[in-house]
Amino acid sequence: MEKFYVENKNKCQIVKAKAETIDFLLSYSKSLKINDVRGIKFESNMN
Amino acid sequence: MELQIADSLLIQSYINGDERALATLINRHNQRLSSFIYSKVNDREITEDIFQDTFIKVIRTLKKGRYNEEGKFLPWVMRIAHNLIIDHFRKNRRMPFFESSSAFDIFSVIQDEKLNIEKQLIKNQIDEDLLLLIEKLPPDQRDVLVMRMFKDMSFKEISENTGVSINTALGRMRYALINLRKIIEENNIVLTN
Repeated sequence: MEKFYVENKNKCQIVKAKAETIDFLLSYSKSLKINDVRGIKFESNMN
Repeated sequence: MELQIADSLLIQSYINGDERALATLINRHNQRLSSFIYSKVNDREITEDIFQDTFIKVIRTLKKGRYNEEGKFLPWVMRIAHNLIIDHFRKNRRMPFFESSSAFDIFSVIQDEKLNIEKQLIKNQIDEDLLLLIEKLPPDQRDVLVMRMFKDMSFKEISENTGVSINTALGRMRYALINLRKIIEENNIVLTN
């Protein structure tokens, strides 16, 4: 007989990004500097 | 009751140099954004990557002062994530990946059309038997059947080649098949793969 019910019924899961990902983003933000030279914005990353 | 600082104020603080405002924004929307991405890609690692890329875009846009205050922060972030999800699927379309589960096996619907060795051997045997049976047919019926089945000729072409009418050719084909079935039944031959 056909299988009508699957095991993974609900794919909507509560997921959160890892702490390491957030730490990376915060470090990236701190290191990113934008320099405006005559209206042109330059990005520099001070790692 | 905890008082929550509005997103717009946090964004303003962040643009003015307060890095802690970014941490608050990320933590506030982490669950909603991650769950949204996961609901589309269904993979934890890819969710992390897209989440990270989304906020890298957010950070760069905010730091460059290109953020448009007219819209709300979360829908804007969701839109960035949505575009990155589309990019992800576009990139992977060239190399589609499907993981079979216990509930559904992709190979139950997709098959290799090529016969395996055993089936190929059986098919060859059947073809040889069939040729021997065809030899037992009366010549006029055998000719029509060979022309139609093996030479892929139309009945018009068969009629021109044999010098009979199309109806006669059709009739000979019909009798060829009836006689073939008779020979098969009389000799108890099984022609199945």
